[in-house]
Amino acid sequence: MLECLKREGVDIIFGLPGGAVLPIYDALYDFEGLRHILVRQEAAAGHAAEGYARATGKVGVCLVTSGPACTNLVTALQDAMMDSIPIVAFTGQVPTHLIGNDAFQEADNVGITRSATKHNFLVKDGKDLGPIIREAFHIAVTGRPGPVHVDLPKDILVKEAELIWPEKVVMRSYNPNYDGHPGQIKRAAKAMLRAKRPVLYVGGGVISSNANVELRELAELTQIPVTTTLMGMGAFPSEHPLSLEMLGMHGTYYANFAVHNSDVLVAVGARFDDRVTGRVDAFAPGAEIIHIDIDPSSISKNLKVDVPIVGDCRRVLRGLIDAVKQEKEEAGALEARRAWHAQIAEWKKAQPLRYEWSDDVIKPQYVIQEISNLTRGNAMIVTGVGQHQMWAAQYYKFTQPRAWFTSGGLGTMGYGLPTAMGVQAAHPGKQVINIDGDGSFQMNSQEMATCFAEHLPVKTVIINNAGHGMVRQWQRIIYKERYCAIDLPQIPDWVKLAEAYGCVGLRVTKPAEVVPAIEKMLSTPAPVILDVIVDKDECVFPMVPAGGANTDMILAPPSRETREKAEKSQTGF
Amino acid sequence: MSANGAEPRKHTISVLVENKFGVLSRVAGLFSARGYNIESLSVGETLDPSVSRMTIVVSGDEFVIEQVTKQLHKLIDVIKVNDLTDDSHVERELVLIRVNAEPQHRAEILRTADIFRARVVDVTPVSFVLETTGDEGKIEALIELLRPIGIQEVVRTGKIAISRGPKSRVKRAPEARRPRVSDDPRVVGFAD
Ligand SMILES: Cc1cc2nc3c(=O)[nH]c(=O)nc-3n(C[C@H](O)[C@H](O)[C@H](O)COP(=O)(O)OP(=O)(O)OC[C@H]3O[C@@H](n4cnc5c(N)ncnc54)[C@H](O)[C@@H]3O)c2cc1C
Ligand SMILES: Cc1ncc(C[n+]2csc(CCOP(=O)(O)OP(=O)(O)O)c2C)c(N)n1
Repeated sequence: MLECLKREGVDIIFGLPGGAVLPIYDALYDFEGLRHILVRQEAAAGHAAEGYARATGKVGVCLVTSGPACTNLVTALQDAMMDSIPIVAFTGQVPTHLIGNDAFQEADNVGITRSATKHNFLVKDGKDLGPIIREAFHIAVTGRPGPVHVDLPKDILVKEAELIWPEKVVMRSYNPNYDGHPGQIKRAAKAMLRAKRPVLYVGGGVISSNANVELRELAELTQIPVTTTLMGMGAFPSEHPLSLEMLGMHGTYYANFAVHNSDVLVAVGARFDDRVTGRVDAFAPGAEIIHIDIDPSSISKNLKVDVPIVGDCRRVLRGLIDAVKQEKEEAGALEARRAWHAQIAEWKKAQPLRYEWSDDVIKPQYVIQEISNLTRGNAMIVTGVGQHQMWAAQYYKFTQPRAWFTSGGLGTMGYGLPTAMGVQAAHPGKQVINIDGDGSFQMNSQEMATCFAEHLPVKTVIINNAGHGMVRQWQRIIYKERYCAIDLPQIPDWVKLAEAYGCVGLRVTKPAEVVPAIEKMLSTPAPVILDVIVDKDECVFPMVPAGGANTDMILAPPSRETREKAEKSQTGF
Repeated sequence: MSANGAEPRKHTISVLVENKFGVLSRVAGLFSARGYNIESLSVGETLDPSVSRMTIVVSGDEFVIEQVTKQLHKLIDVIKVNDLTDDSHVERELVLIRVNAEPQHRAEILRTADIFRARVVDVTPVSFVLETTGDEGKIEALIELLRPIGIQEVVRTGKIAISRGPKSRVKRAPEARRPRVSDDPRVVGFAD
């Protein structure tokens, strides 16, 4: 089995042993060329594999034992499923003759992971192991990427079997389509050139297909402004003149207004998530919608699409560039396009992202800005889930793809630290910063031990607002300030905790201390926790209440009127 | 069918799948996870033993059915998905009905069975088991006629369907449809 992994190009496995997989660990003992990183909880192995996969574009691999280890892993599998991240997860299983007998540490692993994976396998015969591993890796990275799970009964691992290694994977039932339909590409190119108020709406598919170069070329060629989803951050430089930054629930005013008023909306590797569209019938109501996606079931799932193009972003964008170059720009369109840019500039000027400065308490947005400045937008940024995640998306100035790691679809608190470990393991020389919340961080803080033991110098910045800030924000705005179950007293002492794990702990409470502390953190070679005590009343704005139209966004702490409006909308995380 | 496809209606979807461990649970799981309603599902081997065919009857508007077919296709073990509803095809279902057979009703049951080409496959002093195949209209009509007599139990296989042949050979002219029993109460027999 290890030989199979090596042949697939695996160099790192994140895992945690147990009875059912001991034969593999025994083989690892003197196997050359594979690094094993021992995590402290299995979900962390899964998230670390996700971090590795997103950072490199290769398949991330994790290995855990049967029963409870597999159930612990499920959150990470579903996370990778929602965000289309290619990982292969191996779990141990009781010997085949005991399956179904409620044997020790037995769980119906493949039954449990079936809906949380792109595909899963139970190996029932040793000679199938090679072909299954080959298919698992193939399925994980091709088409719409996703997690694949391979369940390994212990007897299969013990018995000698001949290694069968097919040169090529041929599957009659799985053949993703990469090339967009030429006729549709031509139609799309014409619509883009005809458009007076076009917008490119760009998502995670551009990152996973490494299409950022093509995207930029197309945007500059056609002078179409670009907005990215939370998953698409880094696909287009935040500070490019054509950049509108993020759209959606916590997107910029100008991104949401541009999309709302667009006449042609080009969705590239994005899936019209409800956090992006708000109320669907009020999303880009006047636009002709072009949708490029490799997964046919993404197209017209939430919103009817006018020009569907099933294919790989990179190839289709290349096709679009060629098609646009061949077509002639329509005369009136260019003039109108100038007016469109002027309009967008006006929105940007009137409603930039902003917060109120304070000399006394640290504003969380300010911390992100300084991290962005001090790393020149070149660090690998990982987050937990909550307000800090949104501020990171809003205030970090992204310069490159595969440098932003966040749990978008599932919104998994606790994602930050283990994912950062995976990124750091993939890029030992890079600055990896986990911008986390005090709530989220606690869900996987045990991994500080892994960081220490495996020499993964991840830097964690805790945006510490003494509570579940995002929940607090919703209770404040939508539930009439009836705060319930959101306070996290300042426990544990994060500085002491860092030290207890053999790492470095720092704390700041005043704005003036922020820059020196970040500098100190960045120059420390060990893992660091920087505890930043911030203003706990700060909210993320703009905000579109769930179920509202994007143009109904709230821009500042709520007045009575906006509060009433918000109450009428549906709620939910 | 409504003009814009917004009205829900029944679709018969024929799915070729790899005959592999767990494939049925993948398909069934897809329907429950996405909240689609399966009306019936039947599975069997095809000429190629490594391939099984599932015939699924699902109800939904066009939007739902489009997602159902795309999602089915997305399953790795699914080879081919074919919505037969608007193509020329033949559908059948097998049903077993155990009906009360008191002496005073025996003759009537047998007459009804004869008309419907149903066979009596088991007899006890107080019951008959009837077997018949047919399309939905016929089976429902038979059940309706037997209901007043007292049906003890009905077991249905779920629908199976076969296309009438390669599309190129299908006659384009719409053939006159035989009225179904549910359409025309005077029709009591079937030509099949
Ligand atoms: C607290 C919180 C708040 C959030 N607020 C926002 C918000 O304000 N704005 C926002 O945008 N998101 C927000 N999100 C994230 C949101 O839930 C979704 O995860 C996100 O919008 C989805 O991004 P995406 O559309 O880029 O799709 P992804 O999940 O990245 O999916 C990628 C799409 O591209 C396709 N694809 C993959 N590979 C290829 C390829 N090679 N070629 C072509 N297509 C491909 C896939 O089929 C898929 O349809 C929030 C999340 C949380 C937790
Ligand atoms: C595993 C999990 N449980 C619960 C939630 C719901 N939830 C979303 S944000 C949030 C609060 C996050 O608090 P914290 O990590 O401190 O971040 P902050 O919002 O304060 O920046 C909660 C509880 C979730 N997303 N994930």
